[in-house]
Amino acid sequence: MNVTAEAAARPARSLRPAAPLVIIGLLVVLVLAAAIALTVGAAGIPFARLPAALGLSADLSHPLAARDQLVLWSIRIPRIVAAAMVGGLLAASGAIMQGLFRNPLADPALVGVSSGGAFAAAAAIVFTDSRFGETVRFMQHELLPLAAFVGSLATTIILYSIASRGGRTSIAIFLLAGLAIAAIANAGIGLLVFVADDRQLRDITFWLLGSLSGATWPKAATLAPVLALAFVASLSIARGLDVLVLGEAEAFHSGIDVERLKRISIVLVSAMTGVAVSVCGVVGFVGIVVPHLLRLAIGPAHRLLLPASAILGAILMTGADTLSRTIVAPAEMPIGILTAAVGAPFFLAILLRQRGLTGL
Amino acid sequence: MSAILKARAVSMTIGSARLVDGVDLEISGGEMVAIVGPNGAGKSTLLRMLSGDLRPSRGSVELAQRDVGSYSPRELALRRAMLSQHVHVTFPFTVEEIVEMGTGGRSRAASRPLVEAALQEVGLERFRDRQLPTLSGGEQQRAHFARVLVQLASGEALHGPGMLLLDEPTSSLDLRHQIDLVESARRRAEGGTAVLAILHDLNLAMRFADRIVLLHRGRLAAIGDRRTTITSELIRELFEVDVAIRQTDDGVPYLLPQTMQPAPPGR
Repeated sequence: MNVTAEAAARPARSLRPAAPLVIIGLLVVLVLAAAIALTVGAAGIPFARLPAALGLSADLSHPLAARDQLVLWSIRIPRIVAAAMVGGLLAASGAIMQGLFRNPLADPALVGVSSGGAFAAAAAIVFTDSRFGETVRFMQHELLPLAAFVGSLATTIILYSIASRGGRTSIAIFLLAGLAIAAIANAGIGLLVFVADDRQLRDITFWLLGSLSGATWPKAATLAPVLALAFVASLSIARGLDVLVLGEAEAFHSGIDVERLKRISIVLVSAMTGVAVSVCGVVGFVGIVVPHLLRLAIGPAHRLLLPASAILGAILMTGADTLSRTIVAPAEMPIGILTAAVGAPFFLAILLRQRGLTGL
Repeated sequence: MSAILKARAVSMTIGSARLVDGVDLEISGGEMVAIVGPNGAGKSTLLRMLSGDLRPSRGSVELAQRDVGSYSPRELALRRAMLSQHVHVTFPFTVEEIVEMGTGGRSRAASRPLVEAALQEVGLERFRDRQLPTLSGGEQQRAHFARVLVQLASGEALHGPGMLLLDEPTSSLDLRHQIDLVESARRRAEGGTAVLAILHDLNLAMRFADRIVLLHRGRLAAIGDRRTTITSELIRELFEVDVAIRQTDDGVPYLLPQTMQPAPPGR
């Protein structure tokens, strides 16, 4: 059989849906997920009472209308908004990281970038508290996202310099280095837990498991500018990330400023992961599962993959958070446990597929 | 015709190893030059310095009368197109998406004819929607060649004849596609492009190139006309192989290894 006939005998690719349809479809699902998330929880608010509670209808005749409004606007909506934004940031940063490392297994949580951020955030809690007392503690709110960003950035840079040599990135070295970096960061967190007092301990424990129970309007507000920045920046790096799939040398030959692309991507991934970690702790696998599913459905071109990942990540995180606060109600299941329970087997499945392709 | 590419005393040293040592080379539009030499002779390193990808430790490379390092990557991509030796694609891009990467992000409508022509030239029109990682090595290599042809054409539409650099472009191709590819490169040279290709097949080099550059341990061992540059003495010195050089009826030299034992009859 000659080459052409042999190739023609292989299956053709599946048809990919048009970009606007994908985005609109995902947005519709996101709205539905958010609507469901609004109605369920410790205080149930049926769909019928939703318009009044949201202030969309003036009918406040129901005896629980005032309570509904309070629950929605001060607890549930900020939490859903934060969940959606965290999910969007994690999934899109996973997609950018995978493009940067040309590796579908890259995930900020898996390779220690989230742990690096969590370690820096935990260090901020312990040191600002004990050294400078109450004067600095009130600044923790501003300090934590910044510390988490710096921690994530340092981790990403170390990881890149270890795993990338001469324009090539070794998948095995990348994953192993990530593992080692995560272990170091986790050891650091362990040390901080050891020296922390009771109140600090409570704050730190929150990072270890990942939860959105502390989500408030101010925390949601720290996410929004990073998400907006990521959206704008991702438009400018989308084509570069596509061409980078050819390798650094070939991307340069094709006219891509590879060094600039790498710098922007590393800072973006770190900022997105860092700020997400500062709000909800270490939540793994969203960054792997979402872009992988989307590549199968809509292809790997980043111009569509990045925004679609952000929306699907928002959907998954909203759903996971809704589950986390209902399945063991009135208690809460940390959301990191849920995403790991679903994501880890999924990761193994990708790994098994990759094993055949790359000889990993 | 004036030289598109001028390399003067180009050297590359890594640690104590001198990979390329004082190479002078000028290539004009309209000619096809083949670089040949044993493994480790410094061919790929030289090509990467000429493409602007590696900075020479010493010496200078000028492309269109300007230092190659003074161009931005984007400007450079419009002046020269280069195909690397091994391009491994991890994500499931289709053949068409890969070839479109050669357009440099210009509008799809404007670059459509270039993409179509290149797909046709490498014989992959029917494979346009196939995911690249599912194709054979040779088919992938042809897709990348099509991408580089699109890049070359995009640049030449703006700046006139450019430069095409190829690093062992025929390494995974069958006989027919080897010839197809080298003929495509040859046609570019006839259209005014300066073509520089690393070739392992000396017979392809002697048939299709105008000039041949022989590289040995980082130095120029010989450079000159395709008919006269390769001699059996040089081949013995560089490759440690005895060869006989004959001529086809139309006067093209070809080379037969002599140390190889012919296969015994009946096998």
